[in-house]
Amino acid sequence: MTRLGYGVVALMGAAAVGLGGYGVTGGGAALRLPSLLPLGGLELTLDPLGGLFLALIGSAAIPASIYAFGDAAGARRGRFAYAVFVTSMCVVPVAANTMTFLIAWELMSLASYFLVLHDRQSKGSVNAAWIYAVMTHAGLACLLAGMLLLGADVGSPRFADWRAAAPTLTPTTRDAAFLLLALGFAGKAGVVPLHVWLPLAHPAAPSHVSALMSGVMIKLGVYGLLRVSLDWLGIGPSWWGAALLIAGAASSLIGVLYALVEHDLKRLLAFHSIENIGIILLGIGSAALYRVAGLDALAALGLIAALYHTVNHAMFKALLFLGAGAVVHATGTRNMEAMGGLIKRMPWTAVCFLVGSAAIAALPPLNGFVSEWLTFLALFQNMRLEAVGQNLVFTLGIASLALTGGLAMACFVKAFGITFLALPRSDAAARAHEASRPVRVAMLTLVTACVVLGVGPTLVVPTLGSVASAVLGTAPEAISGDWLTVRVSGQFASVSTAAIAVVLAGSFCAPLVALRLVGASRRTRAYETWGCGRIVQTPRMEYTATAFASPFKRVFDFFYRPTKRLDIEFHPESRFFVERIEYENPTRSIFEDWLYRPALRLLHGGARAAGALQSGSANQYLAYILAALLLMLVLA
Amino acid sequence: MIATLALAVVQIAIVAFGAPLLVGTLRTLKARLVGRQGPSPWQPYADVRKLLAKEVVVSTTTSWVFRATPYALVATLLTAALIVPVMTVRPPLAFAGNIILLVYLFMLGTFFLALAGLDAGSAFGGMGSSREVAVAALAEPTVVVAVFALALRAESIDLGRIVERFAGEPWLAANPAHLLAFAALFIVMLAETGRLPVDNPATHLELTMIHEAMVLEYSGRYLALVEWASAMKLFVFMTLLANLFVPWGLAEATGPIPVLSGALALAAKLAVLTAAVALLETAVAKLRLFRVPELLAGSFALAFLSLMAIFVVR
Amino acid sequence: MLRQLRTAVRTGIVTEACAPVGEVQRIGERLASEIVRLFGRSLAIRQVDAGSCNGCELEISGLTGPHYDLERFGLHFVASPRHADCLLVTGPVTRNMAEALRRTWEATPDPKLVVAVGDCGLDGGLFRGSYAVVGGVADVVPVDAVIPGCPPPPAALLAGLLEALGRLPR
Repeated sequence: MTRLGYGVVALMGAAAVGLGGYGVTGGGAALRLPSLLPLGGLELTLDPLGGLFLALIGSAAIPASIYAFGDAAGARRGRFAYAVFVTSMCVVPVAANTMTFLIAWELMSLASYFLVLHDRQSKGSVNAAWIYAVMTHAGLACLLAGMLLLGADVGSPRFADWRAAAPTLTPTTRDAAFLLLALGFAGKAGVVPLHVWLPLAHPAAPSHVSALMSGVMIKLGVYGLLRVSLDWLGIGPSWWGAALLIAGAASSLIGVLYALVEHDLKRLLAFHSIENIGIILLGIGSAALYRVAGLDALAALGLIAALYHTVNHAMFKALLFLGAGAVVHATGTRNMEAMGGLIKRMPWTAVCFLVGSAAIAALPPLNGFVSEWLTFLALFQNMRLEAVGQNLVFTLGIASLALTGGLAMACFVKAFGITFLALPRSDAAARAHEASRPVRVAMLTLVTACVVLGVGPTLVVPTLGSVASAVLGTAPEAISGDWLTVRVSGQFASVSTAAIAVVLAGSFCAPLVALRLVGASRRTRAYETWGCGRIVQTPRMEYTATAFASPFKRVFDFFYRPTKRLDIEFHPESRFFVERIEYENPTRSIFEDWLYRPALRLLHGGARAAGALQSGSANQYLAYILAALLLMLVLA
Repeated sequence: MIATLALAVVQIAIVAFGAPLLVGTLRTLKARLVGRQGPSPWQPYADVRKLLAKEVVVSTTTSWVFRATPYALVATLLTAALIVPVMTVRPPLAFAGNIILLVYLFMLGTFFLALAGLDAGSAFGGMGSSREVAVAALAEPTVVVAVFALALRAESIDLGRIVERFAGEPWLAANPAHLLAFAALFIVMLAETGRLPVDNPATHLELTMIHEAMVLEYSGRYLALVEWASAMKLFVFMTLLANLFVPWGLAEATGPIPVLSGALALAAKLAVLTAAVALLETAVAKLRLFRVPELLAGSFALAFLSLMAIFVVR
Repeated sequence: MLRQLRTAVRTGIVTEACAPVGEVQRIGERLASEIVRLFGRSLAIRQVDAGSCNGCELEISGLTGPHYDLERFGLHFVASPRHADCLLVTGPVTRNMAEALRRTWEATPDPKLVVAVGDCGLDGGLFRGSYAVVGGVADVVPVDAVIPGCPPPPAALLAGLLEALGRLPR
């Protein structure tokens, strides 16, 4: 029965891919049921951008559902919530009016809330689900306010009408709507500083759900931001693009910095989602700024970079979460410090996780490299803009993207190296077993997707280009090229990951052949690791994740503000012998200390003060009624 | 087509076989500067030949990642050798790559080497990996901003096109923005190839090692490949610096005479750079590890200044 | 930096020629064979202190200085036994260091040489017969050559190494 439920969802995903593909290639469709919902009824419209996101949701749902086939224990409960989750996510990109959109949005949030609350016994899970629920509903409040404001101003709840009426909006309405809607969507996408729910909620959910949450649910926040900044409100002022760029730069850096010091494998992946959303926002921000300046070809380039990274991130993040799920299932712990040596016990999972790590670290010739390269190019060409302020913002974006790329590589060396390589650091890791076949199939599907998206950008870019043209309303030629090479802006840059892949493969084999020809010695002997002649070589002598991250903790200590705790237990007979040493070096989150805690304190203070109104005295309540009545008489 | 293929072969041969000579010359120069006779410049070739005849001792803790890494390193560097303009203005793989791809190819090599360091399960390897990726990550922004400054001027990030544009402007060598970008990239070269003052390639103290610590477990033919890859990285970096900032002497056409003159010009430029690096390494002491980020931040400031200079002049 | 450059130019190269000094004891047949030809132009040496008083280490460290300069012959010191071709062992092998020395020898890839330094390396030297000492290096790992002395000066060390490799200029 479990398998039937997930099989149905997988089929639904396949249908979504088909329908989305149809939409991307230009086939439109519409469905209207006026009496089903209040305020305009149920209305669905398929356009290229919506089709792309629909196809993305479907193509991530298929491997996630196949994974659930193989994870019997975790997947039995929550089938219904999972089905509702995927269905409502599929409705969001094709929703065409306020009510349809918001109802699908809320269903998505509720379903994911129940999925995050999967492990009801754990206090951490309950806390995570609570924070997630609060933040997602705060976002919903912003969305509701923004959409109602816009709807009231334009006079209709339909998105198509907003698009048509965009040039006639007053600047105040337009800016207010942008602010409210962007805040709501940014909260869902996990943009800093509204990201605090992400690292709590994603690890608490079961792995196939985390894969979908990280892979596609936060992309719906990106979808909303795309609609708001480039579609529904027409061409806005340049501060929108600058705000998106700065938010993107900040998110990418802060996400990767927190990921570097994280030792919970799934929390590390969640922080990387924040980082990649930041990179997507860099593309969207640059597209918005170029559009304001009238450089439509460059705006299309920025948008294509953002869309490509959206697709890529869904693929490799889902792959990484499924791999992490297999590891957590096999070892029973999420803590990297208790893992190690898994490459020998779980070889397939290790290879899939390695491909995912290389992809997210943007190493050529995989897909992460292509979309980061396109983002770099979109940012590099800001020399065509005249305003020096904008040039500075772009330079900030370039520097932060470069630093993020390097730090992401460092973080995944840590994640893969500590988890899979060397010796097991605990008994659980020593007894780990390989993942079941459905899990392996799911992961291998995503590995294939990553490789194809990386080596074949010439197939993907034209499709994304047509989506970008549909969104921006123009048909400029930013990216050209033939079957082998992608050429950007004429002679500015070109890349051919397929050629690079072939040359890399050839150069890998060349030394093998050369050594054979030269007659090099082929003798190999196995012996222990060199430990300076030490007699006892145990897993305790391996490098730990905390130690690996310590150079970064020192360099960025103004950001992490680490505290040190050292507990030494001496031998009862002599102070010169130590029985136990416990060392902890936790980092503090500046967002919680400086933003959320003061805000919550203020809120509590305000609520306590307002509580004075509820005195319980009937006379006071009668006085309130009298005052309200007098006020209404005066105003009417 | 045949000409491009021939050029590719010649280019790879020059990088692959010239790299040990470069490292050997550097060691000889460093020795002479401190009054020693020093090894012969051809010593690295003898070292590689000897290593190829030795057996390989592989730790039981390691996995296939450890054994694949030397080949992966060589693969990334041979590919990089085809993207960089070595003797001609347009390298054979010019259509396939540019500076950003080059930077990420080096990161691919660092990724695998760092994993191999962790694979042996010793504290030395882990420490080397941790430090190496920290230095690589912190050097990234400098490279990209310096590349951006160059791209502003040349209106392309394609290496061949940048060289073409710069070769047409002889006064560029004295341009302060150009010199600042060169200084920034020179410091990054020292960091990425593990030379003083960032890392001492001749140290025997594991606590002071960055690159060496990751290769402590390699022996025989694997060690030969890793050392050779490290020499090629130095060669490619120096060639990049030489040909981007002093682009005169590169061959426009792909006939044998122009290519030969391009190779000779390259040899002259590399000789100057090698002498400069030898002088610097002899005069400067290794920086304490936690001072290296300050050095890299300084190089970032230089790259940023170069960018500002170009913006202001435009 | 300029001062350094000026000193370097003024002082010039101070390396001395290597002359046959002292004697070297050859043990076994291996030194006359293929192995020596393999290491003719390049020998990586890993120095192992098996309980020495550090007198020999001080002399060995003179080899890397400008006067004796072993690098000109293609010899150099390495940090890891995996990189080494020759183990240069000093000290009488104390009981605490015997196992470590054996593990170092096992970690070195074949073909390899072992050269014992000093009277201690020969048979325990000054500490021969002590309860803490195993004996000479030959009691723990197979030795190919011994350079006697207490301690042997750097000239003797260099000449001994080169003679063991059959490369001493006569």
